Amino acid sequence: MATDALAAPATAQAGPPRRRTGGIRSNENVAGWLFVAPVIVILGLFLLLPILMALWVSLTDWNGQGSPFTGRVPFVGTENYTRLFTEDGLARRDFMTSIRNNIYYVAIVVPAQTVLALGLALVVNNRMLKGKGFFRTAFYFPSVTSSVAISVVFLFLFANSGAVNALLGFFGIDGPQWFADSRGVLHLLLGAVGVDQPPAALTDGGPFGLTWWDWLSGPSVAMMSIICLVVWTTSGTFMLMFLAALQNVPVALDEASILDGATRWQRFRHVTLPLIKPTTFLVLTLGLIGSWQVFDQVYVMSQGEPAKTTLTPAYLSYRTAFRDFDYGSGAAISFVLFLIIILFTLVQRRVMADRDAERPRRGWWRRRVPERS
Amino acid sequence: MAVLTDRPPAPAVTTRRADQRALVNRFLGYAILIFFGLVFLYPFVIQIASSFKTEPDAAAHPLSPVPDPVSLAGFERIFAGTAFPLWLGNSLLVTVLVTLGRVFFDSLAGYALARLRFRGRAGLFAAIIAVMAVPGVVLLIPKFLVLNQLGMYDSYAGLIVPLLADAAGVFIMKQFFESIPVSVEEAARIDGAGTFRTFWSVVLPMAKPALITLTILSFQGSWNEFPHSLVAVQDPGLFTLPRGLADLVSGSLGKGTQYPLKLGAALLATIPVAVLFVIFQRYFVRGANEGADKG
Repeated sequence: MATDALAAPATAQAGPPRRRTGGIRSNENVAGWLFVAPVIVILGLFLLLPILMALWVSLTDWNGQGSPFTGRVPFVGTENYTRLFTEDGLARRDFMTSIRNNIYYVAIVVPAQTVLALGLALVVNNRMLKGKGFFRTAFYFPSVTSSVAISVVFLFLFANSGAVNALLGFFGIDGPQWFADSRGVLHLLLGAVGVDQPPAALTDGGPFGLTWWDWLSGPSVAMMSIICLVVWTTSGTFMLMFLAALQNVPVALDEASILDGATRWQRFRHVTLPLIKPTTFLVLTLGLIGSWQVFDQVYVMSQGEPAKTTLTPAYLSYRTAFRDFDYGSGAAISFVLFLIIILFTLVQRRVMADRDAERPRRGWWRRRVPERS
Repeated sequence: MAVLTDRPPAPAVTTRRADQRALVNRFLGYAILIFFGLVFLYPFVIQIASSFKTEPDAAAHPLSPVPDPVSLAGFERIFAGTAFPLWLGNSLLVTVLVTLGRVFFDSLAGYALARLRFRGRAGLFAAIIAVMAVPGVVLLIPKFLVLNQLGMYDSYAGLIVPLLADAAGVFIMKQFFESIPVSVEEAARIDGAGTFRTFWSVVLPMAKPALITLTILSFQGSWNEFPHSLVAVQDPGLFTLPRGLADLVSGSLGKGTQYPLKLGAALLATIPVAVLFVIFQRYFVRGANEGADKG
C-alpha cells in the first residue's frame, strides 16, 4: 500500500480522482503489469542484468573464452581497479592518459558549445531579423545526423590537403597534419614563448604515473579536430534549449530596461542572463555528462592515436576488452567512467529538483513543453 | 492594425540616429547569421560536391563546391565494390523493427504508468527514471556479455531485441498520456471496453503528436545507432550502415584515399534522416527539448 500512497499525487495531477470498485481495480493491477511487462523484460535483460554481469566480470580475469560465470575463470577481487590507480604499469598509464585527454576535451567542449549555443540562440531570437527559421534549421541539422557519417566528413575536412588546411592556406597559415599530430596544444603554446625543453621539476615525477609535464600537455592537435567536430554537432541542440528559455523572457522586461537607458550588454548581463540561468545550468551539466561519453568519433577518426592522445576512457574500455581481450580491466574502466558520469547526473538532478520545489506542484517539464512546441 | 504596431512618433533627430543604429545592428545580425550558416552548412556542401568529384579533383580542390568534371565513379564503386546494399538492407530492417517495437512497447508502458493503478507503479516509474541516467557508452561490455550468454551474439536478434524499448520513450509517452483528459476513457470504460481496447482504440488515436515524436526519435536513434552494433555483431553480413561506414573508413580502405566513395556513402546514409528532418522538423525540436527535460 505504501506505493499507492506515493502514487497518489501523480494521479491527482492527471485528473480528478477516480473511484472504482474492487473488481476493476484488481483488473487494473493485472493489466498494469501486463502493459509494462515488455519494457521491464527488455530493460531488465539488456540493461540491469548486464550491468550486474559486468560488475562480476570486472572482478575476474576473463579473457573472452567460454562463459565468464564458471568456476574456471580466475577471481581477482579488486585487482582490475587497483591496477588503474595504484600500480605503476601500462594499464595505469593508459588509463590516466585517457583521463587526461578527456579532461582537456571536456574543458574545451563544454564552455565552447555552451557559449556558441547561447550566441546562436541570441541571434536567432532577434526580432528584427528575417529568415531566422532557416538558420535555426541549419544550425540544428548537424545534431540529427549520424555521428559516424559526420565523422567521415570531418576526416576529409581535416585531411592533410583537406578543406580546413586549404582555408588556413588563404591566410598564409601552413596547417598541421591534424590526425598525425600528437603535440599538446599547451606544449605548443609554451614552445611559442620559448620553453622548448620541459623544466626538470616537471619531468621528474607526478601523480598516477604520468609526469607533471605530461599532465600539462593540453589536448593534442588531433584531439582539437575531434573537439571542433563535437562542438559543431552539439551546439544546435543546446541552441534550441537556450532559444526556448529566451522566448520565455518577458518582452516587457527588456523594453523597460531599454527605457531605463541600459546598454545592450547591461541588458544581457543583468536581465537576460539571470533569467535563463536554469537553462544555462542544464546545458552545462548535460554537456559534462555527454562529453565524458565521447566514443563514436574517436572510433571512426583516430582509434586513440596518435600516441594515445585521443584515447578516452570510453574508447579505452572498449579497446581493452575487445582488442586486448582483457574483459576484466575493460569492465573496470567502464565502472570508473560510470561513477564519473553518475556524479554529474546526480548534481544536475539535485539542482533541478531544488529548482522545481520552488515552483508550483505541476511538473516543470509539463509546464514548458506545450508552450514550446 | 498597422497603426497599432508602428512605433510612437519620436523627435526627428533621435529617430534618425535610432534608425541608423537599427540598420547597423540588422546588418551585423545578418553577417553573423550568414557566417555561421556557412560554418554549419558548408561541410555538407563540400560533402555533396566531393562525392561527385573524381579522386584527384577532390584532393586538389577540397573547398570547391563544384565538381569538375562531374563523376559518378564514387557512387558506382559504392554499389559495385562495397557491401553498401547489404548494410542498407540491414539498417532498414533494424530501424523499422526497432521503431515499431519502441512505439508500441513504450506507449503501453507509458499508458500504464500514467493511468492504470497497479501496485508498485511508483517504484517502477522511479526505476525507469534511474535507468535513463545510465550512460549508454558504459554498457558496451555489459551488453556483449549478456548477448554472448544468451546465445544472441552475432544475430539479427542481438542487433534488434535489446533496442526494442527505451526508458526515455516510456517517459515521453507517460507525460503525454497524463496531459489528455480522462473523461473520454472513462466513457469508453463505462461502455464496457476492456483496458487494452480502451488504450488501443480510444487513447492511442488521441496521442498522435506524441506518437509521431517517438517514431521520429526512434527512427533517428536506431538509424544512427553505432556502438550497439559494434558489440552485438562481428559478422560483416550483419553490419548496419554506420557500422559498415566505420569499417570502410578505419578498416578495409584505410585512410587518406577514396574520399569521393567514402563521402558518397556517408551522404547516402544521411539522406533518410535529412528528409525526415525537413518534413517533421517541429517534432525533432520537441524531441530535443523533451530529451533535455528528462535529463
